Amino acid sequence: MTEQIAVPFEQAPDRDREIMTVNVGPHHPATHGVLRLVVDLEGEIVRELRPVIGYVHTGIEKSCEDKSYWKVIPFVERMDYVSYFFQMEAYCGAVERLIDLEIPPRARYLRTLFLELNRIHSHLVWLGTTALDLGAISMLWYCFRERDKILDLFEMACGQRMHTRYFQVGGVIEDIPVGFEAKCRAFAEEMPIRVGQYQALLDRNEVFLQRTKGTGVVSRERLLELGVSGPLLRAAGEPWDLRKAFDYLAYPEMDFKIPVGTVGDNYDRYRVRVAEMVESARIVEQCLDALPEGPFIADDRKYVLPPRSELSTSMESLIHHFKLVTEGFRVDPGEVYYSIECPRGELGCFVLADGSAKPARVHFRDPSFVNLQAFRDMAVDTYIADMIASLGMLDPILGGVDR
Amino acid sequence: MPDAPGLELIRGEIERDCPDAVLATSFDRAQAALIVDPEKVVAVLGWLKDQPGQRYDFLSSLHAADYLPNEPRFAVHYELINRDRVERIRVKAMLAEPGGEELPEIDSCVDLFPTAEAQEREVFDFFGIVFRGHPNLTRILMPDDYVGWPQRRDFPVGGEPVTFTYSEQRFD
Amino acid sequence: MEIERRSLREKQVDARALLRGDLEGEDLERYVEERVLTTNFEKVLNVARANSIFPLTFGLACCAIEGIPMAAVTARYDIARFGAEAGRASPRQADLMVLSGRVSVKMAPVIRRLYDQMLEPKWVMAMGACSSSGGMFANYAVLQGADKFLPVDIYVPGCPPRPEAVLYGFTKLQRQIMGNPDQGWRQRYSGYGTEEWARGGPRSEPSPEAAEAYREARELSLA
Repeated sequence: MTEQIAVPFEQAPDRDREIMTVNVGPHHPATHGVLRLVVDLEGEIVRELRPVIGYVHTGIEKSCEDKSYWKVIPFVERMDYVSYFFQMEAYCGAVERLIDLEIPPRARYLRTLFLELNRIHSHLVWLGTTALDLGAISMLWYCFRERDKILDLFEMACGQRMHTRYFQVGGVIEDIPVGFEAKCRAFAEEMPIRVGQYQALLDRNEVFLQRTKGTGVVSRERLLELGVSGPLLRAAGEPWDLRKAFDYLAYPEMDFKIPVGTVGDNYDRYRVRVAEMVESARIVEQCLDALPEGPFIADDRKYVLPPRSELSTSMESLIHHFKLVTEGFRVDPGEVYYSIECPRGELGCFVLADGSAKPARVHFRDPSFVNLQAFRDMAVDTYIADMIASLGMLDPILGGVDR
Repeated sequence: MPDAPGLELIRGEIERDCPDAVLATSFDRAQAALIVDPEKVVAVLGWLKDQPGQRYDFLSSLHAADYLPNEPRFAVHYELINRDRVERIRVKAMLAEPGGEELPEIDSCVDLFPTAEAQEREVFDFFGIVFRGHPNLTRILMPDDYVGWPQRRDFPVGGEPVTFTYSEQRFD
Repeated sequence: MEIERRSLREKQVDARALLRGDLEGEDLERYVEERVLTTNFEKVLNVARANSIFPLTFGLACCAIEGIPMAAVTARYDIARFGAEAGRASPRQADLMVLSGRVSVKMAPVIRRLYDQMLEPKWVMAMGACSSSGGMFANYAVLQGADKFLPVDIYVPGCPPRPEAVLYGFTKLQRQIMGNPDQGWRQRYSGYGTEEWARGGPRSEPSPEAAEAYREARELSLA
């Protein structure tokens, strides 16, 4: 399929052919979570598409208003549940902007390291599930094998595979253990080889090419109008990446390229994400090489818990600890919007502080929520099979869409 | 990010084209914000988007906040980005609560920024702010027949009290 | 009844003798005992059901990435060794619904409908803290536990539970199906008599067996 079927309804040969409305319901093997699509079909061609969301709405933003700043971190992790480190970074970065706290260099590099590992993790989950949707079922097992290696690294450093609450306001909660660096380096060296193997399976597979080349094309201008960001925008030819645009964490010191596509079809999106995995592995290696010595969390006891060894000797530390754990730190009134580059696009966090120990409003600008608006443009006037391919390549995570 | 003098210059230029639109400016924690009269917010957004020197043509986020107990109570925030100069600017429109059963209203900017469609629906769903001119202003995340505006500060968080075996007299 | 272990050679000699018609008396009885298992139909049915569960490929939120639709199926945690790798997309063909993730107010009627569409016998596993009891989300949007509207057979706690934990819950469910439910730590550590009883309510007076077990446990600990 090298051309899209772009026959507008008014010019279709048999204009009063029957339109059938099909509900691709919240429970469907291909909808990547609980997304409901109400699709008007004419034969096999999609004429109108209405996504209905909200089936996993958890009220996280409202719950956050009830908790002290520190306790919000596990909540916001669980929004976009595949890229949890990014949510932690967006929130902690926003609060650090609010209280004007500088994080030490080691923490910056550690955060960058874990963010890039999470990016590889997110893209692996995407690749496994999307290939599963398109029929390349064995890709799921290969991708999850690598994913388990990343989760082993997370477990080694943070104690838990998913939802690790590793980033804290001021840095990270614990330093990396002995042996982590060797294991991580081995993984980062192995990753490009594995990606090469995935590409050998899919890149020139005739079925995969026919399903993805030329399907789901949306022009760059239309994507910009719709506020789409991330690999979808880069696949359409726009080299917009927040890691290069705004300097945050240790990205200015890293040497990496951002892959940019040309046509903006599903095949370009696939290639862009796969290339991003290789670039992320390079960033991981560079972080390990350049990891500076020093404290892993800021020193300001008003906002950061003191180390436990001090609690038995210093009265002040005990008082700080007590205040931080029971009430939490207070933040002067103000508001800040801080955004980072998530595997799906621009993840922004808006925090409004009103002077108390609890945030007055925490809002996340989730990339999947905004990117989903482009789905209609991708799928209308194409076959329903192309719609499934586009949905896979769009990479929505419904936890982030519904929050 | 336009710095503080740059922000004042932008305000001055907007004054020439849309008089009395910008009520105040705020440069807090290295973030530039224009506080705008809600009736003229679409004009200001259009100016920022189309003016040759400004070109803030990417609406990164549209969200709202409830400043209870301060008045005016609601604020709709528009985060704009200029991708060529890599600068952000925020436009804030403060809305007061009309009182009684009425809902606060503001013009929709869907014609300028099509990305605002879903985001304005979300603001309507959570705060009850009506966007005039929106093609399909219905609830997006809550069920369609839900009553109440969940994200307002006076809406309770909800949930139910946890029961323990030793402390409850009955269990169903 | 003692069944002595005999060598393979001896058993082969007996089998040949049976075919010739030479086996009789005590030898014949022993031959039959070694090869025939008597049970009832229910037990066989339950063993078949437990070892070939078709899970419904249904993932709600975070737990789905670590649970039956995803990680537990993959090579490291292999649910295929329990016979459950055939995940069915249609509820009419599935046996086990794994509620992996938070149950929001909008999704609850959909889940109930799916549950009603499943055919008997069917089981429900509440995976994770959110579907067991609402998890960390005590707010207006999340139902505090899936057992508010569905009967749940097994709860697997965790946020998210490790795939090993999910598989452990799965094996417990298998034992439940086969008719001998596993009582867990109480059985392993002889912890009977440690249950709490609420004042008032339908079970505020302990049952006679429990009171007996409690008395015995007390005697044992005092002895």
